[in-house]
Amino acid sequence: MKKGLGTRIYTIFYLLFLYLPIILLPIFAFNDAKIIRFPLEGFTTKWFVALTTEPGLGRAALTSLKVAVIVSILATLLGIFAARAGTKYRFRGKTAVLGAIMLPLILPEIILGAALLAVIVGVGIELSIFTIILGHVLICTPFSIAVLNSAFQSMDPSLEEAAYDLGETPWSAFRLVILPLVTPGIISSLLITFIISLDEFIIAFFLASSDPTLPVYLWSQITKASGKMPIVMALGTLLVLLSVVLLIIAEYFRRRGIARSGGKDTGGFL
Amino acid sequence: MGFGGISMAGRSRLMRSEAARGWAMISPPAIYALLLLAVPLATIVWLSFISQTGVITYDYTPTLQHYRNAITDPLYQSVMARSIMVSLSVTFATVVLAFPVAYFVSFHVPASRKSRWLFLITIPFWTSYLIRMSLWQVILGYSGAINSGLIALGLIEEPLQIINYNVGAMILSLAHAYAPFAILPIFVALEKIDRSLLEASTDLGEGKVMTFLRVTLPLAMPGVMAAILIVFIPTIGDFVTPKLIGGPSNAMIANWVYANFFDLTNRPQGAALAIVAMALAAGISMLFILANRIFVKGPR
Repeated sequence: MKKGLGTRIYTIFYLLFLYLPIILLPIFAFNDAKIIRFPLEGFTTKWFVALTTEPGLGRAALTSLKVAVIVSILATLLGIFAARAGTKYRFRGKTAVLGAIMLPLILPEIILGAALLAVIVGVGIELSIFTIILGHVLICTPFSIAVLNSAFQSMDPSLEEAAYDLGETPWSAFRLVILPLVTPGIISSLLITFIISLDEFIIAFFLASSDPTLPVYLWSQITKASGKMPIVMALGTLLVLLSVVLLIIAEYFRRRGIARSGGKDTGGFL
Repeated sequence: MGFGGISMAGRSRLMRSEAARGWAMISPPAIYALLLLAVPLATIVWLSFISQTGVITYDYTPTLQHYRNAITDPLYQSVMARSIMVSLSVTFATVVLAFPVAYFVSFHVPASRKSRWLFLITIPFWTSYLIRMSLWQVILGYSGAINSGLIALGLIEEPLQIINYNVGAMILSLAHAYAPFAILPIFVALEKIDRSLLEASTDLGEGKVMTFLRVTLPLAMPGVMAAILIVFIPTIGDFVTPKLIGGPSNAMIANWVYANFFDLTNRPQGAALAIVAMALAAGISMLFILANRIFVKGPR
């Protein structure tokens, strides 16, 4: 028997389980029936056409896009500071501070959502797209740090020292030597945080204003249960496609970044 | 780590110290976390001790009433118990199902192809959570994909009810959602295991099973622990699954936090529930860590 055959077969079944929803998604999105069930009724693209006339959808998509673009930039900027501090300097309290910054990664989102709402209402700020951005930056920064940490860690420190020896200032050394080396990591971080913000529901739901994001809009469609499911499937198909494309680009840059700075690939994003 | 030749005119000696530069560098994200994490968490604690008297009016006299409700009200008791039961089951199912996958990728996949496998495993995780959950609702529902498919194939006559609107369906959907969170930390821990230790174990006459139990598993425990915590803590506060897949009778803490915040105009009660849930999650996590210490250090 080939070594590891048992776990190989198991892993393939496990992957089937992981991919089952995404495989069924397009099947039902193109199925000509209002109810999601077998047997399939025939091929149609009408649910995708219906997306274009769905009231509120365009606006929600635009809101999500705006939020996700701003969040990805802010979270990545904060991520650069944290990853740089974490990988370059040693100081007392570093572990504690980094731990606090990374905390939103495991805190239940319901607690973050409720806590942010409590303070925002308490201070008297009106809920808007701006408050959602504030919340999303908080949960996206840890992911950015995770991606950027590996980019900064795999960088050879002697390159930076060489720049100083050649007379560069800390800022110019950062701009001319370090930044180009970690650029793939930065692009990867921008894409990952963009995907997370685009997909985030609980915080956006708690802080929702008159301007709902796409997931909040989706939630209202799913829970209304008024025959909207095929349209949700069509929208889901497009969202999954977008995520997968962005993810492949992010993975490409992450690997290129590690290859460029001479590091060893240790696998996934998390 | 000092860089001898740099001239930093006008900077004090303090600013040149590594610690000061480290703190300066980390201050933007640290200040952000302070303002948007520490301050809100402090606010929600404070909120849990006051009372709401109207839509936007509060009575600021400190009270423990909301904690009393959270702990003694039979409704909240059953909601808490269900939340803990569901998240413990999800944690167990996710970690047990994930371990062989991590083991396979670490031990049986050639190094050059490992990141491709990990990428394949993480892709579903990056697709919309709401879409995935609504798909499970559709797959497992009374007239959903599985039931209608089995009926169409003539395998069953009546829709199966054991797969929809119950805790089992919730556990399945959540185990699916958190899969990569369990696989990746276990994989990282397995990767760190020095393979020669396994050879030493077999050379000393241990069988495959004993080598796994006495060498591989104890060395993989840090990853297993990370997986347990990273699955357990967020799932206890899950909001979407109970609503979409568990049905109205299977509400969890998050649903009642939301209900108190928005429908019942009792935000302090919602805050108290959230804090009790967080305390329970922290307490149970401690127990996990303690149990792990005993397992790893215990007599072999």
